[in-house]
Amino acid sequence: MLEVRDIRKSFNGFTAVGGVSLDVPAESITAVIGPNGAGKSTFFNLLTGHLRADAGRVAFAGRDITGVAPHAICRMGIGRSFQHTNIFRNLTVFQNVQAALIAHAGQARNFWSRADDLYREETLKILESLGLADKADAVSSALSHGNQKQLELGIALASDPKLLLLDEPTAGMSATETRESIRLLARIVAERKLTLLFTEHDMEVVFSIAQKIAVLHQGKLIAEGTPEQVRADREVRRVYLGERH
Amino acid sequence: MTMAKRIPWTLIVFVAALTIPYLGSRFYTFLATDIIILALFAVSLNLLLGYTGLVSFGHAAYFAIGAYTCGILMKTYGIPFGIGFVAAGILSGLFAALFGFFCVRLTKIYFAMLTLAFAQIVWAICLKWNSVTGGEQGLLNVPSPDLGWMASLPLIGDMRSADHFYLVALVLVALCFAVLRRIVDSPFGRILNTIRENPERAQFIGIDVRRYELAAFSLAGTFAGLSGALFGLFNRGVFPDFGYWSKSAEVLIMAILGGMGHFWGPAVGAAALILLNQQITAYTQYWPFILGTILIILLFVFPGGIVGALHAGYVRLRARRDA
Amino acid sequence: MPEPSFLFGQFLGGLTTAMFLFLIASGLSLIFGVLRVLNFAHGSFYMIGAYLAWQIVGWIGPGSNGAFWLAALGAASAVALLGAVVERVLLRHLYGREELYQLLFTYALVLILGDAAKVLWGTGQLSVSRPPMLAGAFQLFGATIPYYNLFIMLLGPAIAGLFWLVLHRTVIGRMVRAAALDREMLGALGADVGRLYTGMFAVGSFLAGLGGALVTPIKSIVPGMDVEIIVEAFIVVVIGGLGSLWGTFLGALIFGQVLAFGILIFPRFSMFAAFVLMAVILIVRPWGLLGRPLRS
Repeated sequence: MLEVRDIRKSFNGFTAVGGVSLDVPAESITAVIGPNGAGKSTFFNLLTGHLRADAGRVAFAGRDITGVAPHAICRMGIGRSFQHTNIFRNLTVFQNVQAALIAHAGQARNFWSRADDLYREETLKILESLGLADKADAVSSALSHGNQKQLELGIALASDPKLLLLDEPTAGMSATETRESIRLLARIVAERKLTLLFTEHDMEVVFSIAQKIAVLHQGKLIAEGTPEQVRADREVRRVYLGERH
Repeated sequence: MTMAKRIPWTLIVFVAALTIPYLGSRFYTFLATDIIILALFAVSLNLLLGYTGLVSFGHAAYFAIGAYTCGILMKTYGIPFGIGFVAAGILSGLFAALFGFFCVRLTKIYFAMLTLAFAQIVWAICLKWNSVTGGEQGLLNVPSPDLGWMASLPLIGDMRSADHFYLVALVLVALCFAVLRRIVDSPFGRILNTIRENPERAQFIGIDVRRYELAAFSLAGTFAGLSGALFGLFNRGVFPDFGYWSKSAEVLIMAILGGMGHFWGPAVGAAALILLNQQITAYTQYWPFILGTILIILLFVFPGGIVGALHAGYVRLRARRDA
Repeated sequence: MPEPSFLFGQFLGGLTTAMFLFLIASGLSLIFGVLRVLNFAHGSFYMIGAYLAWQIVGWIGPGSNGAFWLAALGAASAVALLGAVVERVLLRHLYGREELYQLLFTYALVLILGDAAKVLWGTGQLSVSRPPMLAGAFQLFGATIPYYNLFIMLLGPAIAGLFWLVLHRTVIGRMVRAAALDREMLGALGADVGRLYTGMFAVGSFLAGLGGALVTPIKSIVPGMDVEIIVEAFIVVVIGGLGSLWGTFLGALIFGQVLAFGILIFPRFSMFAAFVLMAVILIVRPWGLLGRPLRS
């Protein structure tokens, strides 16, 4: 589904991502982990066109998407969430998801019909699947942090993606919130037959749902494999045990 | 849900505005004409400011282009008002598209600076291109539109020509408002809101942000041009000042004063500013001083503007009644 | 082809304009670099500096060297104080808000200070004579150069050099540079951000006031000089790069020459040329010739 070949990016001489290759098979769940500053967010931004790679190639569903603009990548069927919650803060919860549906349906250029009730059912369906239906008319910035993260997922789902890239989907959540959102996420991924690639710092989360784990350290991929393989990897243990604790 | 018992304010204000010539005062008609034209200018700016989140410091450029286009066509080429008016909208829209193409590549303060630079270029051209624009003297004695046909209409036939011009301007402005309202309430308008809220996220619902910003910029320029065309005729002359940066600042103040969070906010701001100006300049020549003070109070105490404050008050009142 | 001596004179005229503009624009650029506020009222501070210098010379009695220099420093210091008060009492409360509010606030100051100057000093033209020690002129390559202009031409680089020293050799300079690059680093450096902001706003205002005071022997003081200069200062900082010291210096040099020679080539379009230059720079290199792209 997603093929990354030897992708590189440096800022003012500092190498943030130094030649990473990764294959993400269709309908798999892959986690990218690594200590802070390992280059996870940069890696994500390279995949979605927010940053331009210095070298390397990214292909999605057989098409080369290197250097393609973010909005075009989104249209090809990649949805994403951001590490810092990224919603339309002064719009209502309903409007947040509805806007994404409008864009997805190619209605964004329609400047003559009324937007209010457009895609009402579809919007409510997505909100229901996230447990946000009762908050549809609330201003989104008034939601709890956990709910905002879920709303962001809802915005991503509105584009009906094949591949979902989530940057720290549980960042800043309490333990309970984390557990609930992971359960929700797993259910949605299964229902919609999505391919999921996510970064995460909470190892419990990673090992609970990932089928494949890639470990980034100082911009390089140091290990890749099933959770068992990664757990047993010496280099990974050194990086995690040696540096984080 | 409250649709059924909502008061049709827009219609009430429109009908009230239609009756102003019957008050029989030249001065009221003059003020009302001034207000409706600048209200359109301010609302056109708000398409950028309040709906798309773009701070233009050069909106007066399109006002001036519209005013000169219509004025030059009517005066120099003897073209009738209807065509001049439409041409003003088209040409200012085209210039907005041209300048906007470069502006939307920049963000925030750089965007504002480039809109300012383009506006100053327009101003400098209007100021110096004597053979076409009349230079510093401006374009004087722009002919009045031929509104003789209105004399044969019932009810309004025997009014003064200034009243006739007011009624024509009112209908045109109302039409522009109807179109603008339609645009901001459309799916396209909703997408502009997402850009205002979060351009990065808007990109990742599949929106080519620059292109939509450019569309908004061109539309705003078009309507600014239409208001400029009307203003030139109302003013009986077009002057380089129409495009100067202080004019851009003035329209920004109107929008903020009325409240950029509401469709009608900038129109209310235009009315408030013009009426206040009339009142205050009767007592003192230091209007800028008063305006600056009002602006500071506004920024610190009522950042939502007049309509924002009224709305907040209304919400509080209703909450108390419901409690 | 005009006489070489005439061209040289034109060049020097442009250089004098440039150094005045540098004095004023460097303050604007400094304030933007640290506070991220584009101060429309900077031109008003310049104007107030000019009027105050005239006022102080009037009090002391004109004609002496001491009176002129005292007036210049006194006016600049008073404007610095005004700037500090404005920042501390009002502007400070707008930092968390959108840029638009800060812009409009400084624009409100333009309106208020413009009228305040009219109330205090009237609307006539005022002027201050050159200090006696710089009264004469000398000849160079056929061009006549007043000593006062020479002083201004030397003052510009001197201020730039002083700036550089402060920025690169002192703790405050380090903080200012850090603020220009990355605001979050400031707190980490242990800076008292509030005081730094007030201080830099005062320094920037001082430069505006000084520029205003020193321009009085060359240009008459009139209402409207505030608005005229702020647009020019904007052009200068945009060309050189908002927040960049040497960029501002370079921007001022370029702008001065564009004005001086633009007048020869297109007599009626020299201002036009300056705005076109500003637009082109913003399109091609929005962060200016020597500036750095801002991190969002």
